[in-house]
Amino acid sequence: MKKTRTLLAALSVSLLASTSAFAGDVRIMWYSDGVEGDVIQDILNRFMKDNPDIHITLDNVAYKVIQEQLPIQLEAGQGPDIARVTNIKELAQHWLDLRPLVADAKYWDDNFGDTLDWMRPDGSKAITGFMTQLTLTGGFANKTLFEQAGVALPGDKATWDDWINAAAEVAKSQQLPAAFAIDRSGHRISGANVSFGANYIGADGKPAKVDDGTKAFVGKLVDWTAKGLMLKDTWVSAAGSTYRAATDDFINAQIPFYYSGSWQVANLSTKIGDSFDWVATGSPCGTAGCSGLKGGAALVAIKYTKNPKDVAKVMDYLASEAVVKEFSERTLFLPAHKGVIAKGGLKWGSTDKNVGPALDKFVQAAGETLPAADALPPWKWANAYFAALVTRVSQVMAGELTLDAAWVKIDQDIADKVAEAK
Amino acid sequence: MSAVATLKSWTGAVLAAPVFWLALIVNVPLKAWQRATGTGGMAAFFLAPNMAIFGIFVLVPLVINFFYSATSGTAYFLQDRSYVGLEQYQRLLDCSNYLDTATCREDLFWKAVHNTGLFVIVQVALLTVVSMATALILNREIIGRSFWRAVFFFPVLLSPVVTGLIWRWILQRQGLLNMIVHDFGGEPHNWLTDRFWAFTAAVSVSVWAHMGFYTLILLAGLQAIPRDLYEAAEMDGTRPARVFWRITLPLLMPNLLVVIVLALIRAVQIFDEVYVLTGGGPGTSTLYLTQYIYEIGFASLLRNPGLASAASILMGLVLVVLTLVQLQVGRRGERKGARQ
Repeated sequence: MKKTRTLLAALSVSLLASTSAFAGDVRIMWYSDGVEGDVIQDILNRFMKDNPDIHITLDNVAYKVIQEQLPIQLEAGQGPDIARVTNIKELAQHWLDLRPLVADAKYWDDNFGDTLDWMRPDGSKAITGFMTQLTLTGGFANKTLFEQAGVALPGDKATWDDWINAAAEVAKSQQLPAAFAIDRSGHRISGANVSFGANYIGADGKPAKVDDGTKAFVGKLVDWTAKGLMLKDTWVSAAGSTYRAATDDFINAQIPFYYSGSWQVANLSTKIGDSFDWVATGSPCGTAGCSGLKGGAALVAIKYTKNPKDVAKVMDYLASEAVVKEFSERTLFLPAHKGVIAKGGLKWGSTDKNVGPALDKFVQAAGETLPAADALPPWKWANAYFAALVTRVSQVMAGELTLDAAWVKIDQDIADKVAEAK
Repeated sequence: MSAVATLKSWTGAVLAAPVFWLALIVNVPLKAWQRATGTGGMAAFFLAPNMAIFGIFVLVPLVINFFYSATSGTAYFLQDRSYVGLEQYQRLLDCSNYLDTATCREDLFWKAVHNTGLFVIVQVALLTVVSMATALILNREIIGRSFWRAVFFFPVLLSPVVTGLIWRWILQRQGLLNMIVHDFGGEPHNWLTDRFWAFTAAVSVSVWAHMGFYTLILLAGLQAIPRDLYEAAEMDGTRPARVFWRITLPLLMPNLLVVIVLALIRAVQIFDEVYVLTGGGPGTSTLYLTQYIYEIGFASLLRNPGLASAASILMGLVLVVLTLVQLQVGRRGERKGARQ
């Protein structure tokens, strides 16, 4: 009898183990652009100390894993319990509705209400997570290089042409390989496209055909690349929609102007140190405005979790005002929490003199985004549009396609994606 | 018997005892199985674990892949996907002129097919010639022959990702090669954004990474050629070039054919080192079939698992043909060997 009991106990333990999630186990899939992995681990350690019944494992992974492997895990009904993602709308069907689980749903609605739509299916009222950071695309200039070249930094309402011409002068004077670079990403060029009047969203909510606004900016971009003004490496040296950042080229002072986004502030501060002075420039202007593109990374709960109550407890803690404030201050990320923003007084955790003005510039630029750009983060087809743009525009830059052929292919790629999703 | 020898013998017996007892225990059911099924059954018994692994990780996914290629949608569970028959294949093969990828519905697929075709032709030819030359040199009485054999084989042991990264660091704009070019007063070049040089780099790196393996096969063949044939040729005063064409090459032909067919199969599957080295760029000039399948199946935000499955099955058919050729070559070599 004793033997049978022991056997049964062993069997129960192995069955429980096979589900890979004991009660109290919470696994978070996390990627980092800068120091946020260390900061969140520190915050989670404190949470675990106060809540010994919950054990959190933080899996720090590459951004590529989040982009390429997580969607497949989710489709298979697998994955972590919580994940930090940027593809928040397209995968919204996999997020857990925390509304019945969190301690105070009103707190979430009040403080994260503006961005909750970004991470839930259209028409849903679910609370699926919160933005760990709000981001805005924008430029950075190497102030030291501009000064050495004796070229004045273009002012607040400077156009894309003004910036590229000024940067070209600096590059020529300082014998740099190129004047500027933009990350290889459809997201990065979309704010600029909108600044030239682009609108990706058709009247029916489905993707519209490539319009004159997109054609105007992309045409300039291709021209700048052909003239050697834009660093060829970033866009040309890859196929498909592969993401490539030009951050290292800016950090190594190879380009005087770099267009990326607010999430780079901490990274630039850490890696550039006092090697040179740099400034955030906001987004250069087009014919319709000076728009960047908002976005960011969200921390979302996954609906396949075995421990939804524990997940909700962790999410409640991480979304609390004090934690959001601390996280933003230490990571130099713009918070998405209304209460934190309203109270202000964020003490940025950096002694770098470039950081404060850079973040202020991004906060200011956030008020200049155009409605067509603001409509993109919660739009289901944004990523399809971005991917088609990158794939085809790179081909044009490499001399494989003409611009006219690229417009046809972009429309076709997006139409295929919409048809495939039916 | 000395004390040491006795001790050794006892130690051996003690260590062997568990194995002996285990064999005795296992022997009982195995004997029963052999009595019931004969020697054929025993072969099946020992092959079963391997076949089970092969079935689970190769055959089952292969069959599932067929089903995927007949469905559409972005979902990964088959029950959530809609049946479309041969539509994905039609989409891939929809082309008004197969030589002009711009006229194809899936232009990137055909671009990858063209690129792969060119890569296979150039890489296999170069790989065969370089491996042959290296094998001929390493077969001679040169100083430090074993050392050189190890040197040429070493890249085979490297992970393809490591190979790709090493060469990327060498060839990138601020890489080692440009530093050397600059130090010698030359103008640095952006090797990986130039279509010709990116292709040349992809082929060269692939040859560098794999030639050690093929050199080894050819070296084994060279060492199997009877020395007396060379001695007779030397006595006749035959020129070295004639010796190569009349003795070495004909007798090395079975090994050479194996090398060519294996290299062909591997070249069609090229992916990892080139993916890390060039990312398929510049543009799509080093986008090869496996990368296309990977991108469209998993990586791209425009992912389409059905289309990726159909493309992989078409690629699989090419590999089946090449494998049949390899088997035919192998059999012919065996028959020839038996006749001799």
